[in-house]
Amino acid sequence: MRKILIVGVTSAIAEATARIWAQRGDQLFLVARNKERLEAIADDLRVRGCPKVETYCMDANDFEAHVPMLDAADRALNGLDTVLIAHGTLSVQAVCQQSVELTMQEIRTNALSFIALLTHIANRFEQQQKGTIAVISSVAGDRGRQSNYIYGSAKAMVTTFTSGLRQRLLKSGVHVVTIKPGFVDTPMTKEFKKGILWASPDKISYQIHMAIENRRNITYTPKYWWLIMCVIKAIPENLFKRVRL
Amino acid sequence: MPKQLLTSWGRVLHTEQDVITLLSRFDSLPNNSADSVLPYGNGRSYGDSCLNEGGTSLKTSVLDRFIGFDPGTGVLCCESGVLLSEILRLVVPQGWFLSVTPGTRFVTVGGAIANDVHGKNHHLTGTFGLHIRQFELLRSDGERMICSATDNADYFSATIGGLGLTGLITWAEIQLRRIGNPWIDAETIRYESLEEFFALCEESDRDYEYTVSWVDCASKGKRLGRGLFMRGNHAPVGAEPGKYSTKIRTFPFVPPVSMVNSLTLKAFNTAYYHKQFQKQTRQIQHYEPFFYPLDGILEWNRMYGPSGFYQYQCVIPTQYGKKAISDLLKEIAQSGMGSFLAVLKVCGDLQSPGMLSFPMGGVSLALDFPNRGERLHNMFSRLDNIVGSAGGRLYPAKDGRMSASLFRSGYPRHQEFTKYIDPHFSSSFWRRVMESA
Repeated sequence: MRKILIVGVTSAIAEATARIWAQRGDQLFLVARNKERLEAIADDLRVRGCPKVETYCMDANDFEAHVPMLDAADRALNGLDTVLIAHGTLSVQAVCQQSVELTMQEIRTNALSFIALLTHIANRFEQQQKGTIAVISSVAGDRGRQSNYIYGSAKAMVTTFTSGLRQRLLKSGVHVVTIKPGFVDTPMTKEFKKGILWASPDKISYQIHMAIENRRNITYTPKYWWLIMCVIKAIPENLFKRVRL
Repeated sequence: MPKQLLTSWGRVLHTEQDVITLLSRFDSLPNNSADSVLPYGNGRSYGDSCLNEGGTSLKTSVLDRFIGFDPGTGVLCCESGVLLSEILRLVVPQGWFLSVTPGTRFVTVGGAIANDVHGKNHHLTGTFGLHIRQFELLRSDGERMICSATDNADYFSATIGGLGLTGLITWAEIQLRRIGNPWIDAETIRYESLEEFFALCEESDRDYEYTVSWVDCASKGKRLGRGLFMRGNHAPVGAEPGKYSTKIRTFPFVPPVSMVNSLTLKAFNTAYYHKQFQKQTRQIQHYEPFFYPLDGILEWNRMYGPSGFYQYQCVIPTQYGKKAISDLLKEIAQSGMGSFLAVLKVCGDLQSPGMLSFPMGGVSLALDFPNRGERLHNMFSRLDNIVGSAGGRLYPAKDGRMSASLFRSGYPRHQEFTKYIDPHFSSSFWRRVMESA
């Protein structure tokens, strides 16, 4: 049985993963901004068999709130051994390009708030000499593309940060999993036309669960994204800059 | 907002329409005043009752949270986008089962209410709507109504079987029934004629909770109406034969032509009719193959090819039942059209609260037909005449073609119902049967 903190549980991927954990009998501490939706998810997880669910309202962009939240999680579950950081936003690239403010906001939500949270969590887990930290990054962070490079560069920061963290925490017995979903059919991507490469949150969540169980380092989900990104990363920049991606 | 191609289960009708995925039961309805909206659950209605061409669909797939479940009383509360399959997965291991289930578990609770679905136990337990304790109805003006048999009873009646037109059901509380285990004590009896079918129903309907029959719609003359009668009860504690694991496959592609045609139909039906050597067999069967034989093959509707298929489901009141069913089967056998998916079921007299509920005391016949264009529609008109003159009606959930007059004569409360329609809600089906002459 795990004691799991989930930040951003109202994201479709995180909620689907929480259901797997609830059915397994893990204890959950759920964090999100919207109280009503947070409570609705908690009720659902209780019905699905979760033995202990606690909720906490927090905006991840309020960095001051991170420590009190982590203290509350620690108290509620009597210690933590697993964390999933899954919050995020996906603003329209074209709108971001015209607004420094929105661009900074996107970077803050999708990168800086992760780094702030991870700094505290890493230190706590390092001290307790155990635990698993799973972080939702994205295939978008593997290479900047004109259609999505603001979100992508935020996720690149998350990927690089977690890579360093994984090295540092190895000797403390703490494991870091970097999760890179491809196209997932969720409310966050509702504006996109869906094609054959799109996967359901249920499929992604199962792979996240397995990646945590098997202590994977970097996991592409669905798995074929590893191959797609290998190809995309291999394209020489001179050619890549001419590609419409 | 991207237009999305929506289709219904029959794959005949495809509509390009705006689709909005509802994110939370607490949100108000999207406000785009010009368009009409219609909730869309899992798209298992066969025709156009779940489509809203030119308007907007409100997808409920994300409203899939449980709200509460009391394993002591079997009362379950959940959001309207929860699939019946998810309910079963939760409650069967705790000794509960759906009071009423249709022939597929891949429908949402909202869809089951909006179509007031029925199942193999209709003769004893009535429709799905009879086991709804209460639900919340969200109207386009933002009003939220808790509806039950005592509160807002008129909206309760209008919404059960109300085809999604009275507003959005956000959540519902349903009463489950106790079971000892997931197994069914099932019998299959081969019968040679319609006479024998009706005799079997009479003999079985009191002692067997579940009865249904497969009918060979390709046989004529002396063999008219022959088939296999299936009946069963939940198995008692201690009768469990062993382990069961769900096997689900997917129909892999859409064949260029329908795999069901007059040649394959005759051959399949003859083989299926003779599948058992004995007159009567009995086995302890898991509930999944017993209730949901077709759910084992996802996307089985592809087998009818690119033109899709229609289902024709009617119910005929008891006094004209035998004659009308015999006439219908003669007409169908004569045409050589049809499919091996043909079902006969005697419905009971339990009255549903639903104003537009489909079942009535009598006998129901449901058949698939590969879409063959005009020839098929001509035969449908002949079937309509038989149904209409016997005082029967067709099932909107299965329909994509019935005439306005047949709908209106079959559903005498349709005028009363219109008072409860949300002014911003509409559907392709509703416009077809009410706004056309």
